[in-house]
Order: sequence, then structure tokens, then C-alpha cells
Amino acid sequence: MTAPGQRPRLRLLVLQVLVVSILATLLGRLWFLQVYDGRAYAAAASQNRVREVVTTAPRGQVYDVTGKALVRNRTALVVSVDRARLLKEPADGEAVLRRLAPVVGKSAALLRQEITPCGGTVRPPCWRGSPYQPVPVQEFAPDDAAGLRRVLRVEERKEDFPAVVTRFAAVREYPAGTTAAHVLGYLGPISPQETRLPQYADVQESALVGRSGVEATYDTALRGRDGVQTLLVDHVGTVTGTQSETAPQAGDSLVLSIDAGVQAAAEQALAHAVAKARTLPDRGGDGTYKADSGSVVVMEAKTGRVVAMASYPSYDPSVFVGGASDEEYASLVDEARGAPLVFRAIQGAYAPASTFKAVSTAAVLEDGYPRDGTYQCPGAYAPLGGKRNFEGESFGPVTLRTAIVRSCDTIFYDFAYKEWLRDGGNTPVAHPKDPMVRMAQRFGLGTRTGVDLPSERSGTIADRAFLQQRWERLKANFCKGAVNPARSPERRRADKEFCDDGNRFRGGDAANFAIGQGDTLVTPLQLATVYGAIANGGKLLVPHVGRALLSADGTTVHEVRPVLRGRVPVSPVDLAFLRDALHGVTTEGTARGSFAGFPVAVAGKTGTGEVAGKQDTAWFASFAPVEDPELVVVGMVSQGGTGATTAAPMVREVYDAIYGVGRPSVLPGGKLPTALPVVRPDGTVGPPGTKVPVKPVLGPYVPPAAPARTSR
Amino acid sequence: MSAGLRPAGLRPPTVLRERDPRGRRLDLVLLLAVASLVGLGALLVWSATRQRMLDTGMAPTTFLTKHLVNAVIGLLLGSFAAFVDPRSLRAYAPVVYVASGIGLLVVLSPLGATVNGAHSWILLPAGFQIQPSEFAKVALVVGMAMLLGESRDGEAEPRDGDVLLVLALAAVPMALIMLQPDLGTTLVLVFVLLGVLSVAGAPARWIVGLLLAGVVVCAGAVQLHVLGDYQVARFAAFANPELDPRGVGYNTNQAKIAIGSGGVWGKGLFHGTQTNGRFIPEQQTDFVFTVAGEELGLVGAGTLVLLLGVVLWRGCRIAANAPDAFGRLVAAGVVSWFSFQSFVNIGMTLGIMPVTGLPLPFVSYGGSAMFANLVAVGLLQNVHRGSRD
Repeated sequence: MTAPGQRPRLRLLVLQVLVVSILATLLGRLWFLQVYDGRAYAAAASQNRVREVVTTAPRGQVYDVTGKALVRNRTALVVSVDRARLLKEPADGEAVLRRLAPVVGKSAALLRQEITPCGGTVRPPCWRGSPYQPVPVQEFAPDDAAGLRRVLRVEERKEDFPAVVTRFAAVREYPAGTTAAHVLGYLGPISPQETRLPQYADVQESALVGRSGVEATYDTALRGRDGVQTLLVDHVGTVTGTQSETAPQAGDSLVLSIDAGVQAAAEQALAHAVAKARTLPDRGGDGTYKADSGSVVVMEAKTGRVVAMASYPSYDPSVFVGGASDEEYASLVDEARGAPLVFRAIQGAYAPASTFKAVSTAAVLEDGYPRDGTYQCPGAYAPLGGKRNFEGESFGPVTLRTAIVRSCDTIFYDFAYKEWLRDGGNTPVAHPKDPMVRMAQRFGLGTRTGVDLPSERSGTIADRAFLQQRWERLKANFCKGAVNPARSPERRRADKEFCDDGNRFRGGDAANFAIGQGDTLVTPLQLATVYGAIANGGKLLVPHVGRALLSADGTTVHEVRPVLRGRVPVSPVDLAFLRDALHGVTTEGTARGSFAGFPVAVAGKTGTGEVAGKQDTAWFASFAPVEDPELVVVGMVSQGGTGATTAAPMVREVYDAIYGVGRPSVLPGGKLPTALPVVRPDGTVGPPGTKVPVKPVLGPYVPPAAPARTSR
Repeated sequence: MSAGLRPAGLRPPTVLRERDPRGRRLDLVLLLAVASLVGLGALLVWSATRQRMLDTGMAPTTFLTKHLVNAVIGLLLGSFAAFVDPRSLRAYAPVVYVASGIGLLVVLSPLGATVNGAHSWILLPAGFQIQPSEFAKVALVVGMAMLLGESRDGEAEPRDGDVLLVLALAAVPMALIMLQPDLGTTLVLVFVLLGVLSVAGAPARWIVGLLLAGVVVCAGAVQLHVLGDYQVARFAAFANPELDPRGVGYNTNQAKIAIGSGGVWGKGLFHGTQTNGRFIPEQQTDFVFTVAGEELGLVGAGTLVLLLGVVLWRGCRIAANAPDAFGRLVAAGVVSWFSFQSFVNIGMTLGIMPVTGLPLPFVSYGGSAMFANLVAVGLLQNVHRGSRD
């Protein structure tokens, strides 16, 4: 027998092992929580005991160049429901919502829907912001006496309305109505994902941020900095003290280079042109023109400052105040209703048609063709299978100037075809010179202008690289279509042709390129910078709509200065020749009817874009006065007819307003004021006066990097 | 007392050394560790309740005072258990067992009271209240040791009949406590039962069988909805604490935040933000360890765990050196009890065990638990005093 107690001792060993492992587990876990993960828990503990109360900074206002308010703040009494607190009430706060319903004039059921966070199976109306943020359900204007009285009852009987919050808040107001809606943009609540982005580092959850237009570009400056009061709280949320407090810092006000008068005139001219085009018989069809959309851009030729930028159809920016409903938003981007939200001036890209001849001509001149040479303008161009002139007209031998004035296509076919042959024709040399493509690039086409507005389109240059890329993208489909017996033989042949060599830059492609037809697309603003460069002696400028940022006390904190994008490679003599030829367009050429008797010398070019499956795009690109160009005006109406019948009269109407022809001038002197509007001590803004800016930052506006977010 | 009255004839001569004066002394290391734990506990209870008392306009030391009074009463009870004649201890065992059984029955009667969701209390006049289930732990330990240790003095292993008898003995308090329902204390009893049976040398099939039965019963209880909804919810919250951070997972989350934020050195006594902000309910009882974690850091909380380790180590040592099977089983039972209860309590504050309402031995506020714990330590000392070295 073993020694007494030997077996019990063995059995005790089990207990001892258990005890040791228990101790090791606890100590290990303790180390993990307190040392390994300690930092995270320390952060959680400090977050636990503090609550932040945010005082929203007043957002900066937006003024036109003369100090006229385009976007203002209006104080409204906002009634919100704190859903988290409501759900703690009996029956999820049904009784509270029923009491609130008559106050805000909505049914309890609708209120319930509106405060429920969107997502999953929850369909609108629902709440898009943070689930912890009180949801605004109604707002009352300060002059709505009956509404305010009802809200006052809520305040008086707080115990009947737990979870209902009422507070004054600033909401956006548009004193000029729909004027410059696209330029101004709108606000929308920030999404939880976006709050992690560096530019939104100091933005509170579900706060409103700029979503489009200058509201988006200058968001950081306009937003200011919210005041944050950090309160110490205990477990039931009772405030035990204040840890820190920062006062709200009002956002800067933005002065635009936009002139509200010119802007309104441009919008009006655009609307007139659209209405008129809809009565004109379609050149190629049997109805009238659809005139579905259009744009007018007015830009200072020497600075790139945008004076007006109109887009048709437009919308009322106030639909976004308090949040646009899904239906409202859907109708704003609905193609069938013309997608009013699309800013045609920078987001619409169209074939420039004959307005592009200014670029082709520059290319031809720099390629060595004599300015004063004589060229044949036949009704059809034989080397390209009889490719016809516009309307098949024949002018015989003409000068280059006349070719522009009369808008002869066949001369440009010949230039393009010869240059194409020089580059090897159908068997291109290793490095084709493509003078017209190069010139288009140097005029900034195919790339964004860099305007201080979001979501600008770059347009397209239909060059060899473009054809190659498109062919690679579509080849497989066409090659399949080429052998598809279900298709007609013609269709199969066409498909096979593209499948075989759709990437080849043909003579016809070069000719089309020369007259701005085909796949080359430009935005109205791009074309304005092109004509600006011709007008100002070769400087390609970055267009700007922002002019300056003024702090709440009136100091200029930032002034947007003109930025040179590049110089076009065209000699001064050739530029002068172009200006003169373009002047001829309005005196003796395609636009002479529209500008007959106009007291200021205007240079311009009509364009009629032929778009497959659509009606013609009407263009007129111009600048004035010819002797010392100040302003560039570009007009475009999509499916609006010819440049001469629709676009040129529209642009003339804009010039009428600017120079006060037949009516008072909206822009006395035809120039923007050089001084900034003055902010008075009471915060109101007056027209440009004597106040001297105090050391503003000069150059393009770059949003400052926000400091790292503090714990919240 | 006289060892000569024992069945000494069966023992080797070394038995005489039991009477060595050294053997009559107390285990000072154990005493010191327990005293330290009680003292540390008093500080933590004070810190946990100070702010609440101030907020309600009462003396900040209200709980501290009561806690210290409890400790003194416990000290007296424990001394009695330490110095009583082991034979009379055996004589008291049935009395204690029956008394605790009656107490548990009273709890279920209209005289019972519910405190913090547990229907475990008997309210006495003058604001006193007792929790009989704490004393049931002592009764079960001594009772089982008597049944398994008495007859054969530990040299032979218990037979099936003995095991059945012990099971019957344990079943009564377990059933009564389960009816309260107090799952945590029931589990402590199950663990003590398993510990004592193992050390007694019960056939392995019984141990394994009991474990399996336990699993089946637990699974069945969940399936048949015998457990209260809150118990199931606690387990669900344990499995996934982020499930409902404002509801059942709240305690666990806040406890982890308190302990984790303590870091290595802690925020200092009375300086815990979680503690002073009263983010953790029941902090002076079941969640007292979070005060140590937050205010005293890894150093303080680790010391607390190590002190418990010292108690358990001394308990194991006393069991190993016990003069007889009774003493060995008593010590083994106490060690099983303390180790399981400490692990579950601390484990739940650390988020590695589900939330069950078990106090931390010696540290948590609560009279009945304090009395029972100190009596158990007295029992260990009693066994130690009779030991051979």
C-alpha cells in the first residue's frame, strides 16, 4: 500500500492545477484589458463621461460681384424629434407623436416614418442622418405667427412632449430666386461615412455641407467652425461640469464674380431662345426644334472671371432647404424632364461644330498656310467621296477670312485631308503631326478648365488615341455583330468594317475634326476659354466664379486672382487676323442678321452641330468689343437649330442687356467693378466702395487642411 | 481537546506530532491574505459607494461602516469555527445543514424578499437581511465532508452508495436555490460537489456522469424556458456584448471600460471616472472588482487576484496536510467554492464569463457572504490546527 495520504494528494493535485490555471487566466485577461487594449478603453471611458453640445456656426452668405445677396440665412424655428429618447416612452412614444401631429401639421404615422432611419426595408420618407441626432420634422418662419404660437405650447408643456426639441436654426434663403441656381449649388446632410474624410474632420454628424456649386467648392470657408461645449456627465446624463468650450466661428462670406444682372439677362435670353426655337421648323425633319437644353456663359476675356453662367432647364434651389424628397431629387435628374440639375455650362459636352474653325484656322496658319492665300470652296469635296459643304453651297475661290466669315467647310476638309496625307494617310507615320489635334489640345480642349465648381466634364478630342481606345472597348461587340445572321447585310458590313479597322484615323475623320463635327465634344465654358484666348492675345485662363472671401467683420481674407493655364501657340499677327475674321462674321457673315446695327463691334462664330439621332446643336461663340475685348459670350442650345437662327440672336440679346441697347444696361461700362463689395459693421454688404482689403491671400482658393478631429 | 480520543490506534506513531505546539497555531499567511483582502475590499466598497451616498445626502462612509461591522461579526464567527473542537464541528454540521435548509424554505415563503432581481433574502427587523444560500455553501461543504470522510477516514474511496447519499444531500439546497432562482449559487454548489467528490476519490464515472448531466440540464433549461428570460439574455449578451450595449450588455461593457481604462497604475483611489460617474450598477457587490481595476490599475487588481491565489494556495496546502479525510474534504470544498466563485465573479467583470450574481469572496459588500466566507476560512484554520506539520 502507498504511503497514507499519497492518493488523496494526487487527487488534490487536480484542484491545485485548476487553481493555478484560474489565476493565470484572470491575470492574463487583466493584462490584456489594461495594458494591451488599455488605450482604447481609456478613450471609451473619457467618451463615456463627456457630452458635446454643438452650436452651429452661421454659414457664410454668397453675394454677387456688386454685393447683391444671392444666398442668405434666414432664422427658422425648427421642431425636431429625438428618436432615441422617444423610444423610451410608453408604446415607443405614440402618444407624444399624436400630440405633436397637430402642432406641426403632419399625421403621427407620417412623423413616425420621417424619424425612422433609412436603410434595409425602410422606404422614404425616412431619416438619412445619424440615428442619434434629433430629426427635424417641421420648421416655422419667424413671421409665421400662428405656427410659432403652436410651437410655444410645446415649450410650455415640456412634460407632454418629451423627446421633442425646438430650437432656432439658420436655413438657406435665395433672395434672387432661381438666379444662378447651378452656380450657387445646394446643401445636404453629411453621411456618416463622409465624416471620416479629412475635409470634413470638424463637421458634426448630419450637419449640412455643400453638395454642389460654390456651396461645395468653398464649403470649408463658408461653413466656419462650430462651437463645441464639452460637458462632463454621470451615468444618467446629469451634467456635472464643463470640460472645455469653444465659441462658434462664423463662416466667411463669398463674393462671386457673377453679376446678378448679367446672369438674369443671360438666363432670360436663354429662355427666349429656347421658346423661339420650339416654333422654328426643324432643318432636317418635319417638326419644330425640341430645344431641350442650353447654356450661356459670359466671361471676362482678360481675367477668366465668369460674369454669368446660365443653364437651361433650371431649378429652384430652395427645394433643397430642409432636404429634398426622393421624388423631388428624382425629377431633378430625370432625363425625360431635361435633368434640370445638370449644369450644362460645365457638365454638358457637345460637338462644337463651326465654332471650332477658330482653332482649325489657328492650326492651319501655324502650319504655314498663308493668311492671304486663296482657297477653293466647292459645294462638295471630291477627294473625300464628294463630302458636302454645309447645305451644299459653293463659294468658289475665296480667302481664308471669307472661309470663316461664310463658314465654308470644304476648305477645311482640304486642309485636314492634306495634313492627314502628310501624316501618312491610311498608313500613318510613327509620329503624326496632327496640327489641328495639337492646336485643340493647346487650347485646353479635352481637359477640364479647372473652374472652381465641382463635377466639371473634360470633353473629348476625337484624335487617334480616342479612336484606338473606343475600338478596343467596342471591338468585341462589333465583331460579333459582323457574323450575326439576324442582322441585315448592310448592318453586318458596317459592323465588320468597324471590327476590322475601327481604330484607323481616316481622311474623313480628319475632315470632320477640322469643322468640329463628330466625336469631339466641348463644354460651353471650355469654348468660352478658347475664345477668351483669341480675344486676349493668347492667354488661356482658368475660369473662376469665386471672387473673394470676406470674414464676418468685413476683412478680405482671400482674393481669387486670375490664373494662367497656358499660352496658345498662335502668333499675335495670326490672332489679330482671327479677331478680324470673326468680326466679319457679325458684319458680313453668318451672324450679320443678328448683329445688324449693333453699336459695339462684336466678333464671333456660329456653329451648327450635327448629332446622330438628334436635332442640330446651335452655337455662337463671341467676344466684344473687337478693338479691346472685355467680355466673351458663348451660347448654346441643344436641339435648337442653326447657330445663325437660334444661338446668335440669343447672344445678341445678352449683349443688348450688357451694353444697354434698347434698354438700360445691366453692366454699366461693359466691365465688372474691380473693387470688392464692402461689408458694413452691421454685417450687411454694400456695393464696391472705398474700403481697402487688408492683406488678402492671393491666388486660387485651396481649402485649408482641417486639424485632427478631437474625441467626441 | 485531546487527540487520544480519536481512533488513534489505526495511525502510525507520527500522529503524535499533531500535538506539536506548532500544529496548534493558525496559518498566519492565510490569515494575513484574508485580512488584506477584507481591508482592500473595505476601501473598494467605500470608493464605490462614496459618491452615491454624497449624491443622496448621506454620510459617504455609510457602506464602509456597515462593511467593517460585517467584517468584525464575520471575524467572531470565523474564530469560533477555527477554535471549536473538530468533533463538535461534526456535531454542528447537521444543525447548520438543517438550519440553512429551513432558511432557504423561508426565502421561498412570503417572508422572502427580492433584492436586485434575486429572490434570495429574508428581511429581519431593524433593517437587517440575511441570505441563507450563503450559509448553504458552508453547510454543504461540512455535510459532504462528514458523509464521505467520517466512516473510513479517507483511506478507502467512496462507493456508489456513498455518492448517492451525497447527491441526495446536495440536491436539497440546490433545488431550493434554483427555485429562487439563483443560478450562480447553484453552480457554486455543483462545483463544490464535484470538487469534494473528486478529492474524496469517487469513481470517475460519477464525476464524468455528473458533468454530462450538468450540461444536459443546462441545455434543457434553456430549451424548455425554465430559466428566466433575463438569464438567457445575460448569456446572449455574454456571447455578444455589443448586441445591446444599452441593455443587458451594458454592465459588461461598462465594467470592461472601467477596468481597461485603469491601465497599469490605475486612476487612483476615489479618482475613477467610471466609478464616480456611477456607470456600473451593483458596483459595491458583484462588480467591486471594477473599482480595483479602474482606480488601482493592473498593479492593484493583480495584487487582489494574487491575494486570492494565496488564500487558495494555503487552502490546498491545508487540504494536503489535513489530519484526516474530513479535514481534507472540508478544505477541498472551501477551495473549490472560493476558486469557482472568484473566477466567475472576476471573469464576468473582465468579460470572459457571463454575468451571474455572485459576489467576490472577502471583497464584495454583503453581510451574509462575508460571514459565510470568514466561517469557511475559520474551518480551514481549524483543519490546519489539527494538521501534522
